[in-house]
Amino acid sequence: MKRSLLAAALVTFGGATWAETPTLTVYTYDSFVSDWGPGPAVEAAFEETCGCDLVFVGAGDGAALLSRLKLEGARTKADVVLGLDTSLIANAKATDMFAPHNGIPSDLDLPVVWSDDVFLPYDWGYFAFIYDKTQLPDAPTSFDQLRKSDISIIIQDPRSSTPGLGLLLWVKEIYGNGAAEAWEELSPRIVTVTKGWSEAYGMFLEGEADMVLSYTTSPAYHLIAEEDDTKAAAIFEEGHYMQIEVAAKVAGSEHGQLADDFLEFMMSDTFQTIIPTTNWMYPAILPSNGLPDGFVAENQPEEALLIPIDEVEAIRKEALAEWLSALSK
Amino acid sequence: MVIRPQQISPAIRWSGLAALLFVALLVVGPLVALSLRSGTSATLTSADWAAVRFTLFQAGLSAGISVVLAIPVARALARRSFRGRSVLITLLGAPFLLPVIVAIFGLLAIWGRSGFVSQILQSVGAERLNIYGLSGVLLAHVFFNLPLVTRLILQGWGRIPVEHFRLSAQLGMSPKDVFLRLELPMLRSMLPGAFLLVFLLCITSFAVALTLGGGPKATTVELAIYQAVRFEFDLGKAATLGLIQFVICAIIAFWSLRAAVPVAFGGGLSAVTQRWDVSSKLMLWQDGLVLFAVTGFLGAPLLAVIGRGLPALTSLPVTIWPAILNSLTVALFSASLSVLLALALAGFIDRLKSQHNKMSSMIEGAGLLTLAASPFVLGTGLFIIIHPIADPFALALPVTALVNAAISLPLALRALLPALQHNRETYGRLTSSLDMRGWSRFRLTTWPAIRQPLGFSTGLAAALSMGDLGVITLFAPPDVETLPLIMYRLMGAYRMDEAASVALVLVALTLTLFWLFDRGGRLGHQT
Repeated sequence: MKRSLLAAALVTFGGATWAETPTLTVYTYDSFVSDWGPGPAVEAAFEETCGCDLVFVGAGDGAALLSRLKLEGARTKADVVLGLDTSLIANAKATDMFAPHNGIPSDLDLPVVWSDDVFLPYDWGYFAFIYDKTQLPDAPTSFDQLRKSDISIIIQDPRSSTPGLGLLLWVKEIYGNGAAEAWEELSPRIVTVTKGWSEAYGMFLEGEADMVLSYTTSPAYHLIAEEDDTKAAAIFEEGHYMQIEVAAKVAGSEHGQLADDFLEFMMSDTFQTIIPTTNWMYPAILPSNGLPDGFVAENQPEEALLIPIDEVEAIRKEALAEWLSALSK
Repeated sequence: MVIRPQQISPAIRWSGLAALLFVALLVVGPLVALSLRSGTSATLTSADWAAVRFTLFQAGLSAGISVVLAIPVARALARRSFRGRSVLITLLGAPFLLPVIVAIFGLLAIWGRSGFVSQILQSVGAERLNIYGLSGVLLAHVFFNLPLVTRLILQGWGRIPVEHFRLSAQLGMSPKDVFLRLELPMLRSMLPGAFLLVFLLCITSFAVALTLGGGPKATTVELAIYQAVRFEFDLGKAATLGLIQFVICAIIAFWSLRAAVPVAFGGGLSAVTQRWDVSSKLMLWQDGLVLFAVTGFLGAPLLAVIGRGLPALTSLPVTIWPAILNSLTVALFSASLSVLLALALAGFIDRLKSQHNKMSSMIEGAGLLTLAASPFVLGTGLFIIIHPIADPFALALPVTALVNAAISLPLALRALLPALQHNRETYGRLTSSLDMRGWSRFRLTTWPAIRQPLGFSTGLAAALSMGDLGVITLFAPPDVETLPLIMYRLMGAYRMDEAASVALVLVALTLTLFWLFDRGGRLGHQT
């Protein structure tokens, strides 16, 4: 009798240990996990239903995230990686560290067709130059105009920043073989090149340049969070290069089912509703309540530009060499 | 009586060797780890070599300008006493302690295209300033390092005994003679080391060089390493670049330490240095002007940082409190470690000097070279080493403190070593003839000589660690935030005003920490 009690106690105790809530580890970029990013709200919402502990680990920006994963290799703790973008996908797939997803939702609201079998998009945006309407009444309406103008711009370095890389690919996509020439013409317009987005945007706000490379959704932050309607994105006739942010399941994950659940949750209305005013990007699927007032500016890009995923790496190398030589003159 | 040079005691020898081994492992280990991990040898492109050339060029120029400009500033501070002199000396520590990004914004508020100076220029119809380019890089590096060099040389002035000045006045020596006989020899012993220090500090410059350098023309080796690690995951290339940077620095370190001409002034009564040779009106005006200019140059960006941070000070997130605690913990831990390492090394080097001059120079050089180690290589290498055996997240704060200690070690060494050497040259024979050893020797002769540089370097190490964001980014676990990390996260979330306020809190705390240690070392003393 005593023995069976003990056994029962052991079973209960052991059972409690086994039922310990599993931890789902999601690697992402730093601004996603910050108190002002989507992280905290996403965590709370997912933990309500998953019966798990969701832990976000912030690792610099998208590029740093991928190199972190490569550094850790098979021993990585990550179950899901969230925050790579279209220019990194080919590189990421080459590591064989990611597993295919369970299917693409049919109701994606992207300007392009999505067909990748490993990565799922959760938000997207257009790169654009942001300016202050009170300081620059006549913003350029095309890249060609910007090249010929005397407008000063701040950009980010494509060797250390994702928007910087986006601009590199944008210029390459528009001008192709003429990209080197375009950069040479743009060179005097460039006040400086910063390491990351924050430095560039901060310097623009302090008045160091007329325009700064950011996203078409940046003015929405100023309008919605600060009630400041002076900022606008210059819409260019040639079209705007896109950034699509994606996530995928890590192949070696011990919590494969949870990881799949998280990816499904990522495409849900709850997650997608959080995105606009925390990540300041367009959600991949329009939330049922629509976008917040003022989020979509009247003026929108007419053409979305995007280099196919498997061509990015080769084009990046060539474009970077052109950029370096043009701006080092 | 024959006085033989004292034997190096086992305690000093072993602690010195242990410190040396630790530093060597910390610097070389990550390089080896990176090379092993990549397994391939890297080929460097012409762009990489251009980065090497630019790095050396800007670092050499920055160091040269900082040292040359620091001489009149230190001289003016050394030979004048005025109200607020002590405050000014503490504030001299400030620019060096500013986190890089904060300093950049402070400098831009004054010298930027829409900064203070540009606005004045525009209001009188002139063109606004454009500092982006080499001039911007130099401006920032001089802003950071001029005060540091000033403090170091000022210590040198403090070691010229007041009796020497009195004697030269009695002999009727002109200011020029005083300069040639007393000040120049002191400078020749101090300047090469100071130059080397600034040179090494500027070698790993990354954000300053890029942001104020105006573009890829101003690419430093550190940026190339960052690119190799973060964007291309070419660890072999990162290791190669790190090694090249390291070897070049080693050559320059050895060369400049050899160039230092040792000087022995003998002892004095360490009273306030009263000067008899500097009373002319012209020199008074000259010193006044120098001090006025340097206060403006260093103070204006600082005021800008304060002014920018004040408005949002009340709307800071509550997470700032644990972050403050984390930052302080790391800072104090790494400062203690750094100073202990420096004391062990400096004591050992100092004793070696009398017997094996060459070897002691080499060890001194090795102690300074942690500055030439790329923080990215260091961080990534340590991560590779630690990851297979332990959870890097669990070690985030210790590793950060460790790396910060190694990086501030050269500063502590630079401040402590001359004091120890001066002390030995002055009192060495006396203490030996009195057979004074161990604790009593330390308490009576060594401690009074090193407490000032010790306080100064503890303060520097603590403060530097506060503002650092290098290693923590790779190791930081999800729930450990430091002040610089919060600042960056706010900036990344468009919240520039709050970020500026966090910067202000960071600067205020850093300066307070520095002041406490520095003041502690100077209590009861006049420098």
